[in-house]
Amino acid sequence: MACQGLQSGETLASLKKESDSLKKKLEEERGKLNDIELHQVAEKVEMLGALSIKTKRLLKGHGNKVLCMDWCKDKRRLVSSSQDGKVIVWDAFTLNKEHGVTLPCTWVMACAYAPSGCAVACGGLDNKCSVFPLSLDKNENLSAKKKAVAMHTNYVSGCTFTNSDMQLLTSSGDGTCALWDVESGQLLQSFHGHTADVLSLDLAPSETGNTFVSGGSDKKANVWDMRSGQNIQSFESHESDINCVKYYPSGDAFASASDDSTCRFYDLRADREVAVYQKDSVIFGASTVDFSLSGRLLFAGYNDYTINVWDVLKGTRVSVLFGHENRVSRVRVSPDGTALCSASWDNTLRIWA
Amino acid sequence: MTIRNAIRDHGQRYRPRMACLKKAEKVVLEMQDPKTGVKSQPQRLVITTIPHAITGEDIIAWLAGRFQIDTQEARNFGSMLVALGYIYPLQDHKRLVIKPDASLYRFQTPYFWPTQQWPVEDTDYAIYLAKRNIRKKGILELHEQEHYNRLHKWMNHKWDFIVMQAKEQYRAAKERKKPDRVVFECQERAYWVVHRPPPGTVSAMDYGLDRRIDPNTVEMIFTQQSIMRPRVKSSVSIGALVKYCATYKNHDPFLLKCLPSNPWLTDDATYWTLNMPNVEIPTKMRVERWTFSFGELLSDPRGRNDFRLFLKKEFSGENLAFWESCEDLKWGTAATMREKAEQIYKTFLARGAPRWINIDGKTMEVTVKGLKHPHRYVLDAAQTHIYMLMKKDSYGRYMKSPVFKETTKKAICPEEHKFSDNQLEQNARNRRPSLSPIILRQMEEEQKAKMAANVDITQVMTKLSQQGKEAPPPPPRPKRN
Repeated sequence: MACQGLQSGETLASLKKESDSLKKKLEEERGKLNDIELHQVAEKVEMLGALSIKTKRLLKGHGNKVLCMDWCKDKRRLVSSSQDGKVIVWDAFTLNKEHGVTLPCTWVMACAYAPSGCAVACGGLDNKCSVFPLSLDKNENLSAKKKAVAMHTNYVSGCTFTNSDMQLLTSSGDGTCALWDVESGQLLQSFHGHTADVLSLDLAPSETGNTFVSGGSDKKANVWDMRSGQNIQSFESHESDINCVKYYPSGDAFASASDDSTCRFYDLRADREVAVYQKDSVIFGASTVDFSLSGRLLFAGYNDYTINVWDVLKGTRVSVLFGHENRVSRVRVSPDGTALCSASWDNTLRIWA
Repeated sequence: MTIRNAIRDHGQRYRPRMACLKKAEKVVLEMQDPKTGVKSQPQRLVITTIPHAITGEDIIAWLAGRFQIDTQEARNFGSMLVALGYIYPLQDHKRLVIKPDASLYRFQTPYFWPTQQWPVEDTDYAIYLAKRNIRKKGILELHEQEHYNRLHKWMNHKWDFIVMQAKEQYRAAKERKKPDRVVFECQERAYWVVHRPPPGTVSAMDYGLDRRIDPNTVEMIFTQQSIMRPRVKSSVSIGALVKYCATYKNHDPFLLKCLPSNPWLTDDATYWTLNMPNVEIPTKMRVERWTFSFGELLSDPRGRNDFRLFLKKEFSGENLAFWESCEDLKWGTAATMREKAEQIYKTFLARGAPRWINIDGKTMEVTVKGLKHPHRYVLDAAQTHIYMLMKKDSYGRYMKSPVFKETTKKAICPEEHKFSDNQLEQNARNRRPSLSPIILRQMEEEQKAKMAANVDITQVMTKLSQQGKEAPPPPPRPKRN
């Protein structure tokens, strides 16, 4: 359970009081170096031109809600997973389906493409994350070579390979994240600190070292050191569950999407939230975010079936993308920034450019 | 509350995933304001008149004005209000969308609003279906009939109660005035379209999985260290974030057209061909990125190769080789870790090692000590030291070197594609698949093996010639599968 036991002499009330006063102190410390706001610095930045983003591909083939997708490093292939257990690898450029696997579980909420492009990982309600090596032989049953790598005690909500095919990082409904050795299935490091389901994670871009960020139902976004398992930074400003977290391309900041219908931007070096992306006509929860290559645009998918495009620096919304007929569960910009892929509960994926 | 619902309630009692409901209610109340809300009118329906009907176009206009948004967005927002059940259509009642014309809608009575607190009961649905059956047999639609049969089966033990309630409600309804009765029937019917949607329709009430842990418990974990954590002035860190955007602005295909053209827009994959990982001649844009940071140079395989070439000429290639070996150790399989660590020690760190790297005494001491009980991060200190050395010293010299100048000179800047509509259609028909990453990896492994063999031979030859010995005949080429 989420609560620790009480020490003798402590009451629930006194602990909460202490916790609240420490939080207040933290905000004070954070405020001391707060000498300017993002939108003020952004005043000197030139306005964005009008964007013309349209659907360029419609990927049909899933028979049920598409819950997750991930791009291959080759910039055109991608893997997607859905509620009925199907995982499909596509060449999005030609619309060819190259591989397909059916997992014996439903709600495959997490899928990831290996950096080499030769394997995919996926997991969900089976509480596991399995790695499937891909094969050139179309007739081969990929499930035969499946390797169950991660074992959690509740659903797997997110997964990503680290800088090689050999390690997998997962987040779970059991409140933890974990780092696994793919070949042996060995748990290399576990990360405890969230007090509710962990819904999303993202690895820091390689230059900036060995950290990752996670977001959960406890409304917190935590930054972790992969080596020690320690929670090195924590942000709690959302009013509801954080559904998705994603690093800014430089690795010095990250964005989050929440059920409170806002997306937020956090500066890691200043250790504070520096922007809130919200509009009073946007009342539905945001489930996913990703940055464009330069970090200037933030694409966010919402539960009202739309994708809003935000100017990260100025905080304004620059575009709305309509097209999906149900919730947008995942948006991802391609590795070279040429396109955006969105996955939706309307059983389709769309490529926008 | 039925037992089933209590078990499933993992802190969902305030349904944080449906936080939109409170916000939607605020809007709906504003819409019903007699002075500033949406215009309403009485509507004739056969022989009765339904009061307070509103048209789709009026709803959209009101929303567009209130939120300062365009009609497409207003229409989407309005449709979501219908999908949630705050507004219902009078005609075509099963399609929960706003039509941008004179189609009629009504505000749902708060009694039938979706609540965050209680999930909708099957018992109530059973009573509703039974009541409609009483009113007119055979009126139930196929999916409703299927629900009815299913509920009849598993609620059999309280079916008498359900039928009794249905009869009672039916009797009470008959005592109402006709217009009130018609209105109530519309409202109730709309409520059930939202909460028991016909098959094949999208339901806004479908929020996916419940959370496992109750997020409403008081959390008692906090970190005192956060307070003591070193921080940077906002002006500095925010300045850096803004600068990053400016630096990469011209490289962002969403902000500036990439050359020759974006493959997704023109169906021409030349852009990808020109930017393959190990292409011989890179593009000018790609080379420009290498100048942004040392990390950019290293993370691009073509850039790293160029840098490697430069280091070879400076006889400091071992630094990069060491860094790469450390990466391999950190991200590699657990099984080979120990072996790799030993190999790295022998090759780079031990006294007299063939590719000895120059790190300061303290770091060397710490590293050698750590290697007694190797773990994947044992070389971190040494790796960071070498990385900083390359970044602060070699990188700068590389930028001024003949190698880099040559690469920059040869780098190509492709002309922008100018396709006619016919050509674009042609391109779309001729989309070709690319080489599978599986094949590319096989080719890469073969390449690596070749390179490794070359290094070994060179090392051996050098050492032998230094010792004044005759070079042995070259070893046979390793067999490749």
